[in-house]
Amino acid sequence: MNKIIAFPQVGDYAYPITYLLKHIVRAETLYIPHISSETIELGSRYSPDFVCTPFKYTLGTFIECLELGANVLIQLGGGCRYGYYHELQKEILKNLNYHFTYINLVTEGKTDIKKIIKQFKKIDPKFSILKGLYYLFITKNMVKYMDEIDEYIRYNIGFEQEKNSFLNLKKEMLNSFSKTKGYFSLKRKYRYYKNKFKNIKLKNEPRFQVGIIGELYTVMEPSANYELELELASHGIAIKRYTNATYLLFEKKKKVKKYLKKAKDYIKYKMGADAADNIGRCIELCEEKFDGVIHIKSSFCTPEIGASLIIKKICQKYDMPLLEFSFDTNTSKVGMKTRCEAFVDMIEMRKENEKVLFRN
Amino acid sequence: MKKCYLGIDIGSISTKGVIIDYNNNILAKDYLETNGEPIQAVKKLIKSLKEQLPDDYVLKGIGTTGSARKLIGLMVDASIVKNEITAHAIGTLAIHPDVKTILEIGGQDSKIIILRNGIIVDYSMNTLCAAGTGAFLSSQAKRLSIPIEEFGNMALKSKTPVKIAARCTVFAESDLIHKAGLGYSKEDIIAGLCKSIVLNYLNNLGKGKKIEGPIVFQGGVSKNKGVVKYFKEVLKMPIIVDPNGHLMGAMGMAILAKQKETDKVYNLNFHDISFVTKGEECNRCSNHCEILRIYKDDELVDAWGSKCHRV
Repeated sequence: MNKIIAFPQVGDYAYPITYLLKHIVRAETLYIPHISSETIELGSRYSPDFVCTPFKYTLGTFIECLELGANVLIQLGGGCRYGYYHELQKEILKNLNYHFTYINLVTEGKTDIKKIIKQFKKIDPKFSILKGLYYLFITKNMVKYMDEIDEYIRYNIGFEQEKNSFLNLKKEMLNSFSKTKGYFSLKRKYRYYKNKFKNIKLKNEPRFQVGIIGELYTVMEPSANYELELELASHGIAIKRYTNATYLLFEKKKKVKKYLKKAKDYIKYKMGADAADNIGRCIELCEEKFDGVIHIKSSFCTPEIGASLIIKKICQKYDMPLLEFSFDTNTSKVGMKTRCEAFVDMIEMRKENEKVLFRN
Repeated sequence: MKKCYLGIDIGSISTKGVIIDYNNNILAKDYLETNGEPIQAVKKLIKSLKEQLPDDYVLKGIGTTGSARKLIGLMVDASIVKNEITAHAIGTLAIHPDVKTILEIGGQDSKIIILRNGIIVDYSMNTLCAAGTGAFLSSQAKRLSIPIEEFGNMALKSKTPVKIAARCTVFAESDLIHKAGLGYSKEDIIAGLCKSIVLNYLNNLGKGKKIEGPIVFQGGVSKNKGVVKYFKEVLKMPIIVDPNGHLMGAMGMAILAKQKETDKVYNLNFHDISFVTKGEECNRCSNHCEILRIYKDDELVDAWGSKCHRV
């Protein structure tokens, strides 16, 4: 039987993951469908009601992929309830009479490389570690470049002169990246697109800066936060977001110590997932005099619920506007829009008031 | 000719409209039920406002807010469309410039707005539950077969309100049925309901907010004297309830329209415009967006709801 691999949809990372898998294992990688309302419906139908939302989204994607013929599922796993996803999802999907191999990359907070290699060897007996390492290196850089350019896009997309110029160029870049031949060709492409992005004409307007912090999946997957970033950008806001794949995979270990130190008035230990990081980031945003903080989480996300009260306290101390969202599978987009609009109005009113006070 | 400005607040239960002059004096006002038909309600509202308006005024701006703000904004060609939070804050500030907290409980949502020195510094809107809203009160009034207008007066008669779970509508309702079965008097149950609304509101929205006086209480539920009484009791502070409290959203929009004034002159002849909406599910991809097309005089003016911006 042919092996067909599938994995959950997160942000734009399907491009590098597909690229990596295509080159290291001789198996087909499925074109992962985008998360649609049908995906969410499927996922919630077979999930426990009070599980965090990413579980429902990823389960929905898996079911769709299995229907399309996938038989190898890859899940990442992490440091909170996410670490138990694989056991539960495996059981649920088995009960639905699907047949598949399930690979979990991070178990109990650790990556067992030997075990993963073993599993890949099962899929492809000729799996070569050396080749795997080479393409892993390229993919790592691809993710790094993508995140770097994304950061620039996020900060400027609200100010483009020609509508959709950022998004169209990004699509072009991702397609070009996924056709990369080797490391140097990737680097050339990165330089070319970086230059192109810098040349996009921007409106010269005063901008408000808002930092987005929160639970990682909701932050990174636009369909899980109802495209909050684009909505904010349409109000003329420059966005700073900390969480991305580069942070989670390569920087977290180092930076979480820095954040813990920063947040030492409030917490002593890590609180699971990104909760401690988010408290530290909130203090950082306040100290850097941002115009607002938005804290988003999926409903029932335990680490972030713990963090949210501390974040409220910090924002009160620094007199910082704070907007909180708890996204579930059925929150309507209208409610999110109303709150965003009011948030931007509030920031504007505050700024104008500051100006008046300054003049007096 | 003197200038005047119109503000419309189209809520889930009621539709409110105000026309003000340049000095924020109310020239015309009306309040009527939406009945789930915002377009018809607004047509009726505007007709009534037109009759109240003196002849020597010229309309220089229209603002819309409320849950149907976008649709009605399109229909009346509004100069400004804003969310309810900003509208309520601006409207209330015009009448109570020193207000520090606005409590608002409407038909379908409730909000708290914290202001300092005349600017919004914090706000919150209920997210998941309808327990702290007017819709819950009116459904329970129906269950106890008491007209909603008498609800507040009956609550005031009670000396010992029964305890009713404040967390959730479903729990509150089963508590209520249980207490009624045990034989508590209607007055005590109603008073308990009013108190549970207050507690739910403060638990849900007031958490972590610095509620300071002067406090203004608005929205349809502010007409309920029982709820006002328990707000006073729980917060231990005086509560201001304005007789025009339900018009504050519309008032705020009229003021915002004034600030955005242009040379354009608006008219109030909407009753003969045909304004039709047609909903359709798009089956071109798995998103199944519900697309709403809006026709003004048989001409497509806008379409909403698609994720890929298809009309």
